[in-house]
Amino acid sequence: MSSAFVQMLQAVLLLLLAPLATGFVATCKARLQNRRGADVMQPWRNLRKLFGKEVVMAAHASWIFRTAPYVVFTATVMAASVVPALLVDTPLSLTADVIALVALLALARFFLALAGMDIGTAFGGMGASREMTFAALAEPAMLMSIFVLSLGAHSTNLTTMINHTLNSPFALHPSLAFAMVAMLMIAVAENGRIPIDNPGTHLELTMIHEAMILEYSGRHLALMEWAAMVKLMLFATLIADLFMPWGMTTDASLVGVAVAFALWIAKLAGLLLALAVIETSLAKLRLFEVPEYLSGAFVIAFLGLLSYYMLEVGA
Amino acid sequence: MSAALIQQLVDGLAALMLLTSFALLAQHRMLSVLNWFAAQGVLLAVTAAVVAYGTDNNELYISAVMTFLLKGLLLPWLLWRVIRELHVHREVEPLMNTTLTMLVALGVTLFAFHIIQPIEKISQLMTRDSMAIATACVLLGMLMMITRRKAITQVVGFLAVENSLFFAAIGSTNGMPLVVEIGIAFDVLIAALIFGLFFFQIRDTFDSLEVDAMNAHLIHGDDEE
Repeated sequence: MSSAFVQMLQAVLLLLLAPLATGFVATCKARLQNRRGADVMQPWRNLRKLFGKEVVMAAHASWIFRTAPYVVFTATVMAASVVPALLVDTPLSLTADVIALVALLALARFFLALAGMDIGTAFGGMGASREMTFAALAEPAMLMSIFVLSLGAHSTNLTTMINHTLNSPFALHPSLAFAMVAMLMIAVAENGRIPIDNPGTHLELTMIHEAMILEYSGRHLALMEWAAMVKLMLFATLIADLFMPWGMTTDASLVGVAVAFALWIAKLAGLLLALAVIETSLAKLRLFEVPEYLSGAFVIAFLGLLSYYMLEVGA
Repeated sequence: MSAALIQQLVDGLAALMLLTSFALLAQHRMLSVLNWFAAQGVLLAVTAAVVAYGTDNNELYISAVMTFLLKGLLLPWLLWRVIRELHVHREVEPLMNTTLTMLVALGVTLFAFHIIQPIEKISQLMTRDSMAIATACVLLGMLMMITRRKAITQVVGFLAVENSLFFAAIGSTNGMPLVVEIGIAFDVLIAALIFGLFFFQIRDTFDSLEVDAMNAHLIHGDDEE
């Protein structure tokens, strides 16, 4: 198989499996809470239903409100497609730079916040303001935890970083443990999961993501929700890439790709299951405690950076 | 186990030590402060045991066991009893907000790293990397002492400083002579007992464990004379 084909394959897989991943988390949560819950296909059914419905829009919605779903979806999918999932060295690997990735996600977030404010409802403005406040804290922490890995690999390029991890001998790295904890905390926050935001309801005064897309309907809402699902998948894949890339294939052979695919699914399932357990066992934080949570993540990432210099450079 | 793996293990434990010091600073509730303090004690004992294994120093095993019993179990239990009897297990009231304290703590850690770097270059020990962290932990314990209002959290800060000094001793000299260590361990135990008695006295005299209350009382007393 050519590497371009594998690149296409993993982008399409990310897109198609994203609703299943969200459904998987929801099903696991339901089981953990002794409910039966819908099966993993439910998000797909929701999306299909939403795509079939007509779009209802406020009378004074501007072009921003209409284009935002497409921008958000495209930016998120672009970000997702450059993240290596199966093959380490893909044709797009030169663009798989972490800073570019964070910038793409920031673009999606920017338009999401604009769309939230466009209609002028109280909820939209509130959600947008909260989203931006927390983003300003979450983004530095995310970059900081990725930089811990970049220091070792001397690059912010994902492919180079993965290659470095795959080729270095086994060793205990306290700095990586810190970076991973920080990254997991940020991933939970960025995807609006339970200690920060509740994805299961849009009836709470403290909601963030749902508050911004409250005015959307029909295919616009479907695109927004799909983008959120792809983002969850993107973060899970990114964490698997950065901290446990073992099993990813370096050549585009059929066997290699098949093994990489099986391991990728296993890693994702593990991470998503952990997410379901976390969501079941924790209560949502008060809104004003979120900055403390995020600055905690930043401190942990920074500790990773410090312990890299203190413990691993000289050794 | 190979020497390299033991060194990595010591490094990992040092990183966890730094984490506990930060966690002690970040806690809001008295009981979680105590839990982290106990975790720090257990961590110290494990570090001592690992270094003992790595250097074939049998005396260090004894101090590891002593550390575990004293700092991992006895001291947290004593403090827990004091907290329960005095009903002060609610909020810890820091003088600065947590985020600011954390940023200061990061700065302090950087400073410690900067100071220790030249010393680290001369040392030949396998535990040399942990010296910077031990110094940082000492400074973080001091930071905890000056940013807290209640006498109990200040005492936990003091004991955390003592923990870090023990860690520094393991890291820089592979442990002090056993006699010295036994002496220090009993000193700490007696200090903790005396602190415990003091807490009750302070509460009886001033109706509060806040250090500010004592200051106010003393200043007020001066005015009257």
